[in-house]
Amino acid sequence: MTAIPVRRPRRRGDGRDAWLLVLPALVPVVLISVYPLLQGILLGFTDARAGLNQAVTFNGVENYTKLLGNDLFWSSFRIGLVWAFGVTILQFLASLGLALLLNLDLRLRWLARTLALVPWAMPPVVIAIMWRMMLNPTYGPVNEAMRSLGLPGDINWLGDFSTALPAVIVVGVWAGMPQTTVTLLAGLQSVSADLHEAAAIDGAGTWQRFWHVTLPGLRPVIFAITSLDLIWNFNSFALVFVLTAGGPGGKTMLPALFAYNEAFKYGNFGYAAAMGNVMVVVIAAFLFFYLRGQARSRES
Amino acid sequence: MTQTLTRPRQVAPKFTEPPARRARTFTRPLQYLALLGYVVFLGFPLLFLLSTSLKTPQELQSADPSFLPKHLNWANFGDAVEKADLAQAAGNSLLVATLTTVVVTVISLPAAYALARLRTRLRGIATIWILLSQVFPFILIVIPVFLVLKQVGLVNNPLGLVLVYTVWCLPFALWMLRGYVAAIPVDLEEAGAIDGAGRPRVLRSIVLPLLAPGLVATSLFTFISSWNEFFFALVLIQDPGLRTLPLTLARFFGAEGQVQLGQLAAASLLATIPSLVFFLIIQRRLTSGLMSGAVKG
Repeated sequence: MTAIPVRRPRRRGDGRDAWLLVLPALVPVVLISVYPLLQGILLGFTDARAGLNQAVTFNGVENYTKLLGNDLFWSSFRIGLVWAFGVTILQFLASLGLALLLNLDLRLRWLARTLALVPWAMPPVVIAIMWRMMLNPTYGPVNEAMRSLGLPGDINWLGDFSTALPAVIVVGVWAGMPQTTVTLLAGLQSVSADLHEAAAIDGAGTWQRFWHVTLPGLRPVIFAITSLDLIWNFNSFALVFVLTAGGPGGKTMLPALFAYNEAFKYGNFGYAAAMGNVMVVVIAAFLFFYLRGQARSRES
Repeated sequence: MTQTLTRPRQVAPKFTEPPARRARTFTRPLQYLALLGYVVFLGFPLLFLLSTSLKTPQELQSADPSFLPKHLNWANFGDAVEKADLAQAAGNSLLVATLTTVVVTVISLPAAYALARLRTRLRGIATIWILLSQVFPFILIVIPVFLVLKQVGLVNNPLGLVLVYTVWCLPFALWMLRGYVAAIPVDLEEAGAIDGAGRPRVLRSIVLPLLAPGLVATSLFTFISSWNEFFFALVLIQDPGLRTLPLTLARFFGAEGQVQLGQLAAASLLATIPSLVFFLIIQRRLTSGLMSGAVKG
């Protein structure tokens, strides 16, 4: 959102006024966000445990050397990356397709547009409950549809080792499509129609115009929304917690769930915070390279 | 994420494409086919949930289930509400979400104004914080928050949840509201000042009315976020009597068998209604062109 330039010359009191106006928001933020965050990062270097009167001591990188040898954590990490990238990429492709269709003058567009917004309004817990019913092996309509098509109709989607993660990813795509679609649609509507027209007059076909006009115009929006989607998906918790709680056999154990169990099931606060630290570093590294790539391609 | 919703849609002028006419008769059916695919993928689960909520337990257990209920059985909705814990949970959620919305609106309004209008170093700091707050995983924040709230006796307390939700919703509310303030032309404020109105008067009679739609949108997003939130509630609320709606629903699903499926579907739909209504309101508010014609030329 672009700010309209303030024409008023800078006045002396501005800085102090600003602090006064921001103060009511600043106090809770510092107390409940900044301070806990810093403390959380520090906790990752301690042996803190749940319970009163537990002595907390710094143990340096001990948590991290322990983590290095923790195969369960790394497998959960791998699952988290497959989930985050899988959902983000599929979500992007599905949403781009939908946004392109919604940008056309099609009948029934209003229906698709409304439906595309609904998952946004639904609590993640309700989405998870709904899809657990959908994917239920005995009464779920997904299996029923498979049966009526003559396919094997007794798949335990969320309970089978091989199907659990893909099934959960599909639900993740469904749940996250609204934000991505709406953002891409807004981006599409700001791509200059003049350019399109010029390209059409020059004889460019639909596909060529999409590739050489639409996509480059959309690039900043694409980078912004896919970065955000990646972060949100990597940190997501509620959906999978209610869908599978990490099962079967840890096949859908996202890092957030793993760390939650470590902290609130086993009470290892320090160790869980260390996992959080590793997650931040990894996601920050991904974002750094991704956004640097974007900045470079823009320069060239 | 929701940023783009708040911007009035720019309608691209239509252009005709004579050379592509012939191609269109070929691609149109494919486009409709794709649109139909999306409508089914997005809409079918919702239809299934609705259909389940209207079926009797007998029908849900029948060996040969039909997709649509044979006759509409509204009893599930009544039963779902009558379940004491669900009604209570809805009450808890309502309390927490309303208080959060009030607090967030009251504290973000002056801050958003300052960040949009005054030249201050805080602008850069706020932007960095808003972006950073998206990157950190909840687990890093929730453990210390849990410890802090425990010390002051706010664990297992709706007020503790309000405090956490306030901070959790604030970055986004602030970001949205700042955009709305920035969209109000400074000229209007200056015109008011020239006409002799003091700053409080300018804010009350010029800025606030123009900000109303943005304020509505921002507070609705705050309300929905708090109403839907699950993770912090899971960690911070242990007393069954204090559980919010998402917590109770998640527990309900684990505890009940197939027989209660209709009730569960009904409860899930009821839990979604507030958010759905708010989304419909927002859609309308956003398209109302309050700003159009406020400044000409």
